[in-house]
Amino acid sequence: MLVSYKWLQEFIDLEGVSAEELAEKITKSGIEVEGVDKLNEGLSGVVVGHVLECDKHPNAEKLNKTLVDLGNGETVQIICGAANVGKGQKVAVATVGAVLPGNFKIKKAKLRGEESHGMICSLQELGIEGKLAPKEFAEGIYNFTPDTEIGQDALAVLNRDDEILELGLTPNRADAMSMLGVAYEVGAILGKEIKLPNPQPETSAEQASDYISVNVEAKEDNPLYVAKVIKNVKVGPSPVWLQTRLMAAGIRPHNNIVDITNYILLEYGQPLHAFDYDKFGSKEILVRRANDGEVIETLDDVKRTLTPDHLVITNGTEPVALAGVMGGANSEVGNDTTTVLLESAYFTGGAIRKASKDHGLRSEASSRYEKGVDPERVRPAAERAAELMIELAGGEILGGVVEADSLDVKPAVVSTTIQKINKVLGTELEMNQVEEIFARLKFETTVDNDTITVTVPTRRGDITIEEDLVEEVGRLFGYDNLPTTLPVGPSTPGHLSDYQEKRRIVRRFMEGAGLYQAVTYSLTSAEKATQYALEQREPVQLAMPMSEDRSLLRLSIVPQLLEVLKYNIARQNDSVAVYETGAVFLKNGEDELPEEREHLAAAITGLWESHPWQGEKKPVDFFVLKGIVEGLSAKLGLDSQLGFQKAELDGLHPGRTAEILLNGTVIGFIGQVHPTMQKALDLKETYVFELSLKALLEAETAPLQYTAIPRFPSITRDIALVVEKDTAAGNLKRVITEAGGTLLKEVQVFDLYEGEKMEPGKKSIAFSLKYFDPEKTLTDEDIAKAHNKVLKALEEQAGAVLRG
Amino acid sequence: MQDRLKELQAEALEKVAAAADLKELNDVRVSYLGKKGPITEVLKGMGKLSAEERPKMGALANEVRDAISGQIEIKQKELEEAAVQKQLAAEQIDVTLPGRPVKTGSHHPLTSIIEEIEDLFIGMGYTVEEGPEVEKDYYNFEALNLPKGHPARDMQDSFYITEETLMRTHTSPVQARTMEKHQGKGPVKIICPGKVYRRDNDDATHSHQFMQIEGLVVDENVRMSDLKGTLEVFAKKMFGEDREIRLRPSFFPFTEPSVEMDISCKICGGSGCSVCKGTGWIEILGAGMVHPNVLEMAGYDSKKYTGFAFGMGPERIAMLKYGVDDIRHFYTNDVRFLKQFSIEE
Repeated sequence: MLVSYKWLQEFIDLEGVSAEELAEKITKSGIEVEGVDKLNEGLSGVVVGHVLECDKHPNAEKLNKTLVDLGNGETVQIICGAANVGKGQKVAVATVGAVLPGNFKIKKAKLRGEESHGMICSLQELGIEGKLAPKEFAEGIYNFTPDTEIGQDALAVLNRDDEILELGLTPNRADAMSMLGVAYEVGAILGKEIKLPNPQPETSAEQASDYISVNVEAKEDNPLYVAKVIKNVKVGPSPVWLQTRLMAAGIRPHNNIVDITNYILLEYGQPLHAFDYDKFGSKEILVRRANDGEVIETLDDVKRTLTPDHLVITNGTEPVALAGVMGGANSEVGNDTTTVLLESAYFTGGAIRKASKDHGLRSEASSRYEKGVDPERVRPAAERAAELMIELAGGEILGGVVEADSLDVKPAVVSTTIQKINKVLGTELEMNQVEEIFARLKFETTVDNDTITVTVPTRRGDITIEEDLVEEVGRLFGYDNLPTTLPVGPSTPGHLSDYQEKRRIVRRFMEGAGLYQAVTYSLTSAEKATQYALEQREPVQLAMPMSEDRSLLRLSIVPQLLEVLKYNIARQNDSVAVYETGAVFLKNGEDELPEEREHLAAAITGLWESHPWQGEKKPVDFFVLKGIVEGLSAKLGLDSQLGFQKAELDGLHPGRTAEILLNGTVIGFIGQVHPTMQKALDLKETYVFELSLKALLEAETAPLQYTAIPRFPSITRDIALVVEKDTAAGNLKRVITEAGGTLLKEVQVFDLYEGEKMEPGKKSIAFSLKYFDPEKTLTDEDIAKAHNKVLKALEEQAGAVLRG
Repeated sequence: MQDRLKELQAEALEKVAAAADLKELNDVRVSYLGKKGPITEVLKGMGKLSAEERPKMGALANEVRDAISGQIEIKQKELEEAAVQKQLAAEQIDVTLPGRPVKTGSHHPLTSIIEEIEDLFIGMGYTVEEGPEVEKDYYNFEALNLPKGHPARDMQDSFYITEETLMRTHTSPVQARTMEKHQGKGPVKIICPGKVYRRDNDDATHSHQFMQIEGLVVDENVRMSDLKGTLEVFAKKMFGEDREIRLRPSFFPFTEPSVEMDISCKICGGSGCSVCKGTGWIEILGAGMVHPNVLEMAGYDSKKYTGFAFGMGPERIAMLKYGVDDIRHFYTNDVRFLKQFSIEE
């Protein structure tokens, strides 16, 4: 809602309160003022001039040479390019020295050899948007009415000396979609009385009911319909004060009749519609739901096909208006209109919202109906409009009002107590302070001991419960004046859950290991949703996606991270290491929520370590990433529960992929991205892993327990084994560990040789075995016993022989 | 004999002085003081001396030996010192060359913001609650006083999956679920971070997926002044002690009264600039006293219990705090962007 500071002063005395100050006060107590627009900002030196002569420029076909009386005894020659300039017009002249928007300074100039002492202005040149200017002046210069006095400040005549407050209205404050509503609000804030219009137009002897009848079929959508008839009007342009008020509020002036309906809409918040009575086509107004497939051509010259969801005004047979949204072209008021049929109606929100949405038509009227208008203003608004019509367009108002009234709206009566108010706000208000606040709002109250009962005017439909009253008191008392306290009451221990705590540990570990945390989208394409899924299920699909790329919920994070890598590589970030923790979505039954499982995934590419001047460059490989998974599991105390087994998975290099197991159950995978996939994504060698973080964090771990530092020396035995090339080191290690007994405390691979010195199909792998006994120093005999078991088991179970 | 010894002493001392390194010095030691050395050789002739001369000559020989070995010792120290100096000179490095980089990653900036907020509220006795990102219509809307047909729950604004399930549009359903779990009893003190989704086209200020973090306190005597105090603590911790806050009336279906909180603009200090659009204030979050319908629906007696709730967008906070100009940066994960947030504040 755009509120004119000057206009507002017709309703309330703003002496001593500047527009800026007012904006601040309104914002603090209820409605956010998003801006204050000084209309004459950067504008000066524009006067009303009289075009005495207008001839073609001798040297330029498209220019005119005019002689303009500036009204101060000065008559100047001005060259004007506008096609519509003419002798006798009253125009806005930017005189030499004037400043126009954009810091455009007017100087004396010579145009094609002719001197020009100023500029005749269009409305746009004075800062008014072209789409708001009256159609006849949308292009070319603006003309004042002939009776406009010359020499005066043109900006004042055009009401550019005004300031506009831009109200950002929340849906509950529909009451402030009118000047009267804003006046009530400002009155409450400033504690001032307001002046309301009191229309009492004279009527003729003729009765409106002889001209029209009103019949409402759809009573639920339209509980009140008021019709008035105004005869013998003369349609023409509105006076400049009316035009400028509309333009300042963002409405384009058309003609006096239409402008008055819009003016009353702004003043009362009550949408009105004027039909040309002679084009109406009958003497009956019938309001009903539209028939399926019925067509109406609206004022914007668009033919619209209707359904029974939409409400229409008809002349008994065909629709003449899409109720509450826009009038029909067939009954439009034009220059030849002499009799006006004026509609003032109360439509409920539902049908209007539906029609507005279905037809993509949001009008000043529909936006007010959608949020709810004040039923009490339907009749006064019609009276006020009729009064203005005879004032500005002549004519006479026919006697009586024709209406269909099934309205049952009573002011809400809401009670609360002083205790409740103080309990909710944390204040120590007295009842008289509360009464005073409601008096400022012009709400009637009765007080009975600690209880206050408020009769809420229908203009404030947002107030229905006790808490709403508390809010009115709170906001007008001022939230600045509230005490600042912290909750009292029983103290609660604040903490993270074990799971949340561990998740933070995981993040810290991953970051410490050198990876950046990424956050990617959960919604993805059909292709990516199932790629690299740990568990293949049909993905969860949106009912109405905005694009193919964001239409399903992911079953895995790796495809998103590969996208991150691709994005970075394309921007010369060659070495990238990222991880993400987040949900993947596993579909359950229809209308059941999917299972959301938290995963941890990582992707690395490029160089892992690089210290160029020392000649070190280590690209990423499988074992870099595997080391991170192992390190993480150790950090979580799970290293003995975690395992890896060779696997072949879609999208991964078949020779460089493993499944990650937790106590024998697969919880994830790790591997190199399949070279075909790498190529498709323009990636160099890239490694990824993804695992169920949920499984990892919910696994049981033994409580941390101290083990004595060994007092006796340990003995190390190194063995180099010759085995078949495809023998897994993990398998050998398992054999060693199992056979080694309690004395064997540590087994490590320390060498791997697959070179040409080996017999074909064989490799050499060396282990270092550490033995010790916490109770005594081991003898050679003790070790030999254990070690021989190991060697025997290796030979028997893995065909491993000691390398000679 | 005496002369021969003196001669040997002079000769040896000369050689000691001339020794260029430890090896030469050792050679001198071995050749003069060793068992086969010339002094020993000379002393072999002692038998020819008189008994009177013998001890004198012995003493002299010892003197010569001591003199030589003394000098050798001194020389050895010198040479050792020189060797150390030589080694040090040879081992010089250019200390201005860069060190070996430690590989580090870092938090996503949104995680930093969320964890900072979590920790602040944990310190004030809150727990962190999370909930599903795909939600039931009931928890996302109905339980929050947004009945079916309410304009604020337009199909166009939400990603529905079925009639009854959708991508949650805010983290408030976690509040509804938590209250329900508490079965009408207080106190509830929670903070709920998480991802939310809206049907928006991605641009510099909109993202179809973004983060939210909300707080909720429900108990028998929770006042709006407590909300004000809590938000003030939050604002000063997050944005600096010198920030002022103001509460402005606003509207949310799930709170009554509802407010928005602004903080004084850091850039201009309140006098008005482009960041605060000339107002001196920057909008940070929405809040209010929990609507009685929301309390009742979750099983609380709204005559007895009151509560406050607040909610904010970590993206917005990060954008304000770090001066990030485009919300999409948070989701493209350009490492040049992510790296900037590895500094711990």
